Amino acid sequence: MKTNDVILQTTTKIIFFIIFLFSIHIFFAGHYTPGGGFVGGLLTASGIVLLLLAFDLKTVTTALPINYTVMTAIGLLLALSTAAGSIFFNVPFFTHAFDYFELPLLGKQSLHTAMLFDTGVYLVVVGVTMTIIQSIGADD
Amino acid sequence: MSFVYLIFIPMLAALVIPFLYKKVPGIHTGWFVLAVPAILFGLYTTFLSKVKNGESFTSTFDWIPSLNISVTSYIDGLSLLFSLLITGIGTLVVLYSIFYLDKTREQLHNFYVYLLLFMTAMLGVVQSDHLISLYFFWELTSISSFLLIGYWYKRDRSRFGALKSMMITVFGGLMMLGGFVLLSIMGDTYSIRELIASAPELANHEWFVWSLILVLLGAFTKSAQFPFYIWLPDAMEAPTPVSAYLHSATMVKAGLYLVARFTPIYASSEWWIWLVTGIGLLTLLWGSFFALKQTDLKGILAFSTVSQLGLIMSLLGAGAISLHTGIEDDNSIFKYAAFAAIFHLVNHATFKGSLFMIAGIVDHETGTRDIRKLGGLMSLMPISFTIALIGSFSMAGLPPFNGFLSKEMFLSGMLSIPEFDFFAFDTWGMLFPIIAWIASVFTFVYSFYFVFRTFTGKHKPDLLPKQAHEAPIGMLISPAILGSLVVAIFFIPNLIGDVLVKPAVVAIQPFLYSVPEDVDIHIAAWHGPNAELWMTIGIVALGYLLYATLSKWQPLYNKFPQGFTLNRLYDFMMFLSEVGTNRLSRIYMTGFIRSYLVYMFTGIVLLTIGTVFIKDAFEVSFATVAPIHFYELVIVLVLIAGTLTILFAKSRLTSIIALGAVGYSVALFFVIFNAPDLALTQLVIETVSVALFLLAFYHLPKLNRHENRMKFRLANALVAIGVGVTVTIVALSAHSQKLVSSISSYYEKTVYTEAGGGNIVNVILVDYRGFDTLFEIAVLAIASLGIIAMIRLRLTKKKEVNRIEDQ
Repeated sequence: MKTNDVILQTTTKIIFFIIFLFSIHIFFAGHYTPGGGFVGGLLTASGIVLLLLAFDLKTVTTALPINYTVMTAIGLLLALSTAAGSIFFNVPFFTHAFDYFELPLLGKQSLHTAMLFDTGVYLVVVGVTMTIIQSIGADD
Repeated sequence: MSFVYLIFIPMLAALVIPFLYKKVPGIHTGWFVLAVPAILFGLYTTFLSKVKNGESFTSTFDWIPSLNISVTSYIDGLSLLFSLLITGIGTLVVLYSIFYLDKTREQLHNFYVYLLLFMTAMLGVVQSDHLISLYFFWELTSISSFLLIGYWYKRDRSRFGALKSMMITVFGGLMMLGGFVLLSIMGDTYSIRELIASAPELANHEWFVWSLILVLLGAFTKSAQFPFYIWLPDAMEAPTPVSAYLHSATMVKAGLYLVARFTPIYASSEWWIWLVTGIGLLTLLWGSFFALKQTDLKGILAFSTVSQLGLIMSLLGAGAISLHTGIEDDNSIFKYAAFAAIFHLVNHATFKGSLFMIAGIVDHETGTRDIRKLGGLMSLMPISFTIALIGSFSMAGLPPFNGFLSKEMFLSGMLSIPEFDFFAFDTWGMLFPIIAWIASVFTFVYSFYFVFRTFTGKHKPDLLPKQAHEAPIGMLISPAILGSLVVAIFFIPNLIGDVLVKPAVVAIQPFLYSVPEDVDIHIAAWHGPNAELWMTIGIVALGYLLYATLSKWQPLYNKFPQGFTLNRLYDFMMFLSEVGTNRLSRIYMTGFIRSYLVYMFTGIVLLTIGTVFIKDAFEVSFATVAPIHFYELVIVLVLIAGTLTILFAKSRLTSIIALGAVGYSVALFFVIFNAPDLALTQLVIETVSVALFLLAFYHLPKLNRHENRMKFRLANALVAIGVGVTVTIVALSAHSQKLVSSISSYYEKTVYTEAGGGNIVNVILVDYRGFDTLFEIAVLAIASLGIIAMIRLRLTKKKEVNRIEDQ
């Protein structure tokens, strides 16, 4: 039973990008202001859920052909290797590093290895949430 | 040179093997793998000359410095000998496997990944000076050998054998860990060298014997000693290169290594001497006796390995006696025992390795390993026959092969045990040479049985699945090298003795020697007409007689009671645990989530309330309570109203929406109390979970609310009220008593300087407590895999059923 809800679908197309951009903002801002990988990931996932509600599973999978299980694996691997990478610098497991850099366009910015770890968290959260929702949604 | 990293080279190489397998399908993956053990072997040989002069080396890699856990590689005579065996035999086994495993039909990348993992684990075991890292590598050998034995995982027998070996060796490993913990508490160190240095003090500790028995359990299970040997014959389900590697050269010798390494610590105990010598000898006799019952070539070799390991074990036990006699006593033969043990260990690796490879060749070229179908292969496979003959004669203890030399030394060691005049050896000791002699007779018989039944007699081509012919030359290289070593060692035994054995003996008997030159032992093939020679002549005479009449008395084995064997006991225990746990879980696994929730909440209530009660921890103080604002009261009222709506709602949809209202109200509280991060997360979680509920809405079972009887609901109400009361009590207590000042001030101060961040919550998540987060996302990932398993796999099954019904 598929209803063709034009208003919902049209607004969703716009709102999804707003949510997505907001989630990216929240993710990057996380180290200094509220946010971070976990919330960012959840927001992205909720954006995709909105797509799922407005359209249907098949349409969304065609539009976003992402294997969320692989995404989870990549995220986990990224987080783990960030933590393990410290071994190569002869410091204890999970030692983070950060410094300030002068970047083109962006100006002076700080770069953290914690950010890489957070990216892993972000990917895992999106991957897991979407895996669960897709699995349950496809079960009919 | 930080050679500790060498241990990890095979493991790192394993990372690229699957890619090589995929990208370079034209070349057998084994050729790439071959380089790893070969290079390592070359690197380890550079230590030989220095270790021969009595030097030892350490190299440390700090693993978990905060817990004082490190991987310390310690190279002395003993660990160098084992490292050379692991990499040397490893090279030959990989070379052999290139020809043995077909590159088109086998999953080669899996095989070599497991093999390389195993190599790292073994190197780690023999080089670790740290008890915890030794245990880590020890269990890694169990896991990687589980994978190797179960390599042909589609066969039931392979999976059974793999599981059996893992159950038994992991059980032993856990016991060993207990022993290690006791040792480290007693000696206040994790370092084996430091423990050895403080051995005299340890011996007086009340836990000494306990740790001894626990460590021995680990060694005995790994080295397949009686009664734990039962896993080894089943482990023969592995591909033959694996059998040759694991069960002749390396893994089962980890137990011997452990006993040798810990001898200086435990030698003063009579328990150690009795258990190691006694169990070793019992295993020798048992294994050699039952080897003749086997009809599978690899089965014979498996039992032969069991018995030979027992032989080495008993020698190590006898070598421990030398602590009590001392070096001044020149007649003491016990100082030879450890030498003989190590020497036989080297010899065993050579001849058993070659015999396993020959068994594999026979299997490969004829299609069967059943000795009743084989026979007369001598003329068809002359090279294999020659190598098999050399290996078997060496195993039987005949000259001119290296097994002869170590067997004579073994007999000397056993003969002198009755001379030892304490720990009751002067009365019971007479049994030792007798058992040793009987076992040697059987060893002789099964060696002959193995080689002559396969290669002489009548050829039965109609019974063989394949047309028998000689193996390709590449497959013969490795056994031929080992076979020529068997002969070479006989003629130049003292070279091996000086370079390999003596440094190892110094490591086992530091109380006798300080440098390898002190070990004044000379191996001689001819040592005059003494008792050992007469015993050997007796072995050959009686052994040949028994072999000649084998067909007459071999059926006697079938007369043994089949009902109660150790294997049956194992099967029974496995059956019991399976059925028992099944029944148990059927009682509490009702399939209703409400039942599980009742268990969980009851557990939480009992544990928390119990703790609060026992510790007398409940305390209420409203001294620090802030004034309550009107709008806070309103949100609380909304919360309560939402909760009540969930309870009394007639339809599920109302419940879900009410639950959402509760969640959003909680988020409002987070906002009020300055926790924007939590509020944000809560809001998004609430949104997503409501969406999830709605998605799953149609699939929820249609339960009728009114069918529950009053009694059931009363119990539920009790649990619910209990949870509410518990949470309230905990919240009040937590608020009322502040023993330590809040940690948040620490974060406030350090968050910018230490972690360069401004958001405390996020910095805690990714930095201060990154470990927590790492494991949390791992749990999340596992949960999603679980959901895939539950929902998607069930879906495909349903589709299959539909497809079948459609047809």
